[in-house]
Amino acid sequence: MSMPHLPRAIETAFETNGFAASRRSFLQNSGALVISLGLGSRDNAFAAAAEADKMAGPYVDPDYRQLDSWIVIHPDNTATFFVGKTDGGQGTGTAFRQMMCDELDIAFDKTSLIMGSTDTTPDQGGSGGSDAIERDGWPMRRVAAEARRVLLELAGRHFNVPVTQLEVRNATIALRSDAAKSVTYAELVGGKRFNVALNGGNVDETAGVAQVKPVDRLQVVGTSPHRYDIPGKVDGSLKWAVDVKLPRMVHARNVRPPVAGATLRDIDESSVAKIPGFVRVVRHGNYVAVVCEREEQAIQAARQLQIQWQPPATAPFPASDQLFDYMRRASPTSPGRAESQGDTEAGLKAASLVIEAEYEVPFQGHTAIGPAHALADPSNDQMTIYSNDMKSYGLRNGVAQFLGMPRERVRVVYMDGPQAYGRTAADDAGFEAAFLAREVGRPVRLQWMRNEETGWDTKGPAYVFKLRGGLDKAGKLVALEYDACAVDYNHLGYNEPDTVLISQLMGRRPKAPAKGAAETPSVQYAIPNKRMATRVVGLPLTWETPLRTGNLRDPNGPQVTFAFESFMDELATAAKADPVQFRLDLLNDGKEDEAFRKARSLAVVRAAAKAYGWEPRPSPKKPSAGQILAGRGIAYTYRGRTVVAVIAEVEVNRQTGRVWAKRLVCAHDCGLVINPEGLRRTIECGMLHGLSRALWEEVRFDTEKVLSVDWVTHPSLRHSDTPETIDVVMVNGDPHPDRTDLAPYGAGEASHKPLIAAIANAIYDATGVRMHRPPFRKERVLAALKAENV
Amino acid sequence: MNFKLHVNGATHEVDAAPSTPLLYVLRNDLGLHGPHFGCGLGQCGACSVIIDGAVTRSCIMTVSQVRGQITTLEGLSKNGKLDPVQQAWIDEQVPQCGYCQNGQIMTARALLNRNPNPSDAEIRVAMEGALCRCMTYYRVQAAIKRVARGTTPTGPEAAK
Repeated sequence: MSMPHLPRAIETAFETNGFAASRRSFLQNSGALVISLGLGSRDNAFAAAAEADKMAGPYVDPDYRQLDSWIVIHPDNTATFFVGKTDGGQGTGTAFRQMMCDELDIAFDKTSLIMGSTDTTPDQGGSGGSDAIERDGWPMRRVAAEARRVLLELAGRHFNVPVTQLEVRNATIALRSDAAKSVTYAELVGGKRFNVALNGGNVDETAGVAQVKPVDRLQVVGTSPHRYDIPGKVDGSLKWAVDVKLPRMVHARNVRPPVAGATLRDIDESSVAKIPGFVRVVRHGNYVAVVCEREEQAIQAARQLQIQWQPPATAPFPASDQLFDYMRRASPTSPGRAESQGDTEAGLKAASLVIEAEYEVPFQGHTAIGPAHALADPSNDQMTIYSNDMKSYGLRNGVAQFLGMPRERVRVVYMDGPQAYGRTAADDAGFEAAFLAREVGRPVRLQWMRNEETGWDTKGPAYVFKLRGGLDKAGKLVALEYDACAVDYNHLGYNEPDTVLISQLMGRRPKAPAKGAAETPSVQYAIPNKRMATRVVGLPLTWETPLRTGNLRDPNGPQVTFAFESFMDELATAAKADPVQFRLDLLNDGKEDEAFRKARSLAVVRAAAKAYGWEPRPSPKKPSAGQILAGRGIAYTYRGRTVVAVIAEVEVNRQTGRVWAKRLVCAHDCGLVINPEGLRRTIECGMLHGLSRALWEEVRFDTEKVLSVDWVTHPSLRHSDTPETIDVVMVNGDPHPDRTDLAPYGAGEASHKPLIAAIANAIYDATGVRMHRPPFRKERVLAALKAENV
Repeated sequence: MNFKLHVNGATHEVDAAPSTPLLYVLRNDLGLHGPHFGCGLGQCGACSVIIDGAVTRSCIMTVSQVRGQITTLEGLSKNGKLDPVQQAWIDEQVPQCGYCQNGQIMTARALLNRNPNPSDAEIRVAMEGALCRCMTYYRVQAAIKRVARGTTPTGPEAAK
């Protein structure tokens, strides 16, 4: 048997020759079983896979407490790792392989990795929250270490020597006394089961007997092997979730209400019945879709279908221009929270200078570059969903509940797709495709159109903030009041079927809407007196709304950090202090330093300033005469246990208002770095995604519908906005970079979080004009410049 | 209706309505994975193909309008050897999710065919219509500069 080393070949095999079925047998049966990964003809293989899968259920959960669920050693002395995560393109799959290779003592290029499919990989929850490496990497490391331990024991029996007399190199175990006497992993267990039970009350705790290696013995971790998924993405060979085709497959498109909250009165099916390839109109409550044999036919039918909708009696939401006023007036949907320290009122009264400011952040969308999609196959009273949903396991559970099917009759096959950094409509599309497939009785491929994706995808919550701060005579911050209000009232869940759009359009309602939360900043500043209050408000139309919220890359972080770190700069200006020094002083005043949070904060702020070449002076800069005004701004924050400081250098065109971030510098500490070059790119792209939210992104709507529906009405960052230079400084592990227990922390979101604030601070430094509301599009900036005669 | 399409050096006959966007024919009838549906409006570039040397949005060109030789992402490599643009994309480790990269790569290939050594400003202008939601722009531009510095265009369109 040959085992292709390119994992993309495995991904293809996975879908084309019944791999999943043999994997399930492997996991469910005892005894020896060889997994075949030979590649067959694609079309024949599809038919064969479809046939095999009809027989394939039930889809029992891979048992995380079995070593065989995680690692298979093949007869050619290669290994495949199975992990319950998904990789949206930040290279976590490559990083997992590196971590597991190190513990197993096998070369990186002798391994492959399969992720996130509910019947073949143990449930680690898919991805989200920047926790892939920080949390989920640990069980992977421990099971790989356990596999190595078991292999050593087997080798000990093989040579009839104690394990202490053996050494391991590149999947081969040799006698220390005589390297010529060796046995490979394959010779010990190739193609066979380990049959080793693991411990752990939940998947995160999964462990065997073996300990993981100390950091100083890791050899693959800390290097930068190329990402295995990239070749297939640049030569066109990768099979994406959008590419799966099955026999008898039909195409579907949704038809959304033209006005949010509208009720369907009547459908004239004859308006589409003559379209060639027309199969069906499916309607349930206010959910409508058309199904046709070919994709372009379904698109035509969706456009042509005549429907009478009755608009709602009251406006579903205020127009986006009135949103913030509405939020300020709205009653919280639950009692607000407030955390206090010291006596804030007294502190503000005693202060020699008190300033206050308000900030606003609009709804911002996920708006994937490829609209939401899924293919659902209802063969044999089962449901297989091919999807790029980052939380494939949640999708499986949710669809099972939604359709009233036993969990073990439903599976999700995770495949690559467009990333949108959070809980997106990929979930919705999975539910919709499954529903349609059951209705039609054939495999249904569904993809949203652009206006649907941008208009109806979940939104990052909008915010209004009010901050007050008091400085003493020395310019030190002595009291702070923070008040944050978020619109977060119908939040897409992880596997709660009533939070998805189709369910709500059908009229299903959970007992109470998922409210989400308003958040406080994640900083280590020492502020003796402070009161941090948060509240959540809703909009008039709770259900079936295009303004449903959903986690968007650090769900509240960019908004909160924008307000808080902008205000820190306003305070620094009031104190006539340099913005970097003002922050360093506040950090230095901190006493507690649990887990080096203070030391690491100081280190990243200093590292960013040093890499930038920051010259201390208060903001703003002295106004200059020319057309281009240049300035710099800093923002700092934690995201989980990762700490970042970003400095932006911007140029503001005084005549047009256009802002260009010419240079970005990020100092980043996420502990142990698994793949430095992969991390560098994730940091860069996270910053640019934040830059896009700073300069461009905003969901606009009138009182009936979302008006941001494509790339013209919802602009996003483009090539011309790209900085000339991006510098990334990895300050990792400070203050003890060599500690052998250094842990890796998350990195998918941290660099994204402070961008809006850094840009706002840089615009202020350049122009002396404070922007209190992103996006900083040229019209808004120009108006602000003119208002202050700049 | 039957149409003859010349794609990646081969001729295919397909049966589709004349108004069918080329994209769906390439993806669903010819089974290609390179061009992706992104907007259907010609705004994002994810569906880009090269037709007789010019980068073209296949989501807004109908199958009946197509004339000439179509090259898709799959057709850039020759005899198993990657196009220098594709190789630079790997060397530079450009993609994040990768869904838009078809548009980035095809637009870059067409740019380098007509201008083998573009300035930074020319790169920004030529690439402006190729959108990326993972914001890989910085590395896309670095990869284009890598090709411009190191090689002359050798893609299938270069000979034309």
